[in-house]
Amino acid sequence: MKKFIILLGARVLSLLYFLGGLSYLAAQTFYWIFIPPFKKERTFEQCKKVGVDSLAIVSLIAFFIGIIMALQTAYQMQKLGSEMYIASIVALSMVREFGPVITALIVAGRVGASITAEIGSMQVTEQIDALQTLATNPVKYLVVPRFLALAIMAPILTLYSNIIGIFGGYLICVYKLGVSSGLYRHITFSALVYKDLFTGLIKALSFGMIIALVSCYEGFNVEGGAEGVGKATARAVVTMFILIIAFDCLFTALFYFIFP
Amino acid sequence: MIEIKGVSKSFGTHKVLDNVSLKIDKGTTCVIIGRSGCGKSVLLKHIVRVLLPDKGKVYVDGKDLDALNEKELDKLRLKIGLVFQGGALFDSLTVGENVGFGLIEHDKISKKELLERIEESLCLVNLCGIGNLMPSELSGGMKKRVALARALCVKPDIILYDEPTTGVDPITADSINELIKGLHDKLKVTSVVVTHDMKSAYMVADKISMLYQGKIIAEGTPEEIQKTEHPVVHQFINGLAHGPITETLDNFR
Repeated sequence: MKKFIILLGARVLSLLYFLGGLSYLAAQTFYWIFIPPFKKERTFEQCKKVGVDSLAIVSLIAFFIGIIMALQTAYQMQKLGSEMYIASIVALSMVREFGPVITALIVAGRVGASITAEIGSMQVTEQIDALQTLATNPVKYLVVPRFLALAIMAPILTLYSNIIGIFGGYLICVYKLGVSSGLYRHITFSALVYKDLFTGLIKALSFGMIIALVSCYEGFNVEGGAEGVGKATARAVVTMFILIIAFDCLFTALFYFIFP
Repeated sequence: MIEIKGVSKSFGTHKVLDNVSLKIDKGTTCVIIGRSGCGKSVLLKHIVRVLLPDKGKVYVDGKDLDALNEKELDKLRLKIGLVFQGGALFDSLTVGENVGFGLIEHDKISKKELLERIEESLCLVNLCGIGNLMPSELSGGMKKRVALARALCVKPDIILYDEPTTGVDPITADSINELIKGLHDKLKVTSVVVTHDMKSAYMVADKISMLYQGKIIAEGTPEEIQKTEHPVVHQFINGLAHGPITETLDNFR
């Protein structure tokens, strides 16, 4: 029992330490965003890494998700003879839920992990110390461009994955289930309201910020050599996944109960 | 002038520096010797406030580092060049961008002037014309010299060297020693060299200080250190396997 309490205490302390460190990094990041000089090209470079370089994988996964959703709902809808409503289910699920979440998980795995590994390697090879000795704040130089890039590109990628996912559903419905193209488009657009799009994008923005902060925080806290970088990267990915799903749950509940 | 007053630093329960005091006069070269892991690099990092002391003060040019705000600290840091043990070159930047990093980030100088300064710094370390290479294309010795060029590019008043000759062949080590000495003689910079390479220490030092168990246990000119009767210093500078430093280990065995 005593052992259990000690273990529990250690876990709680480490969680509080993590939350404190993450909040401190967030505060520093928001502070340095507004301190000149502003190096736009660094943010653009990160936008390319986060956004443009993720397009292929986001397209592929969103397309498959759209197809899967259309086929799964068709299984039930065909029994009721309501195939045309697959369009609204695909559209709403993609825009409100799958678009933001799937995109965030892809970006966390692809971009977040690489950020942790990159900053972690810089940490173990004293490059972060070198930045400081060259009078350059590591948060301003490393975190701010990545944070801005993820905050900008996560919603844009989400919009893109929504379109691709809906297109996947469209292909199945129109070419497999015999729903007319015009009807599919009409039901899709009549089902969606601005609030659906808005809630999805709010989620995407939050997920982008979570990915940036967690991946950078874990990178800065790497200890040891290559093994430390590997462990930190794995920890960062797990933490990002948990936080993305937890915040998704929170936002969904918030939008359902408070802003129905 | 650099003044370290009663600095103590611990990592967890391990006390690395214990009430260390050291004074380094302007324009001189001070070499800090000691065994690997004794806290030499930790002491060096306190001089640029990459690490903060648990206790004690560090003064550079009469300024208490602890009392400086971010802007003042950055201004002071640009007068200090730190050459890291492994070079600590930024992997994603070319050699030229690494060398000119301090100027690119802080000085509003023209591109032409910047390129001239980068080339001038690279030539000072005998590496003219390699600005377009990536750090991954360089050997260990070249990385160290590029790191030195990066430190020199901002025209510092103080240069700190962390194990500059460790891990390079004897010829490169000698050329690095010559470089350190040449910079001291030509540019009159204040230098602090952390090393356990005694040949290098004798060659470049005006003063040698030995760090042992978190404390400075001996200080003097290279001649004084060579003639010392202090048993710990004697064992270390002569590289003896048996003596007071290894006594504890011998007893344990």
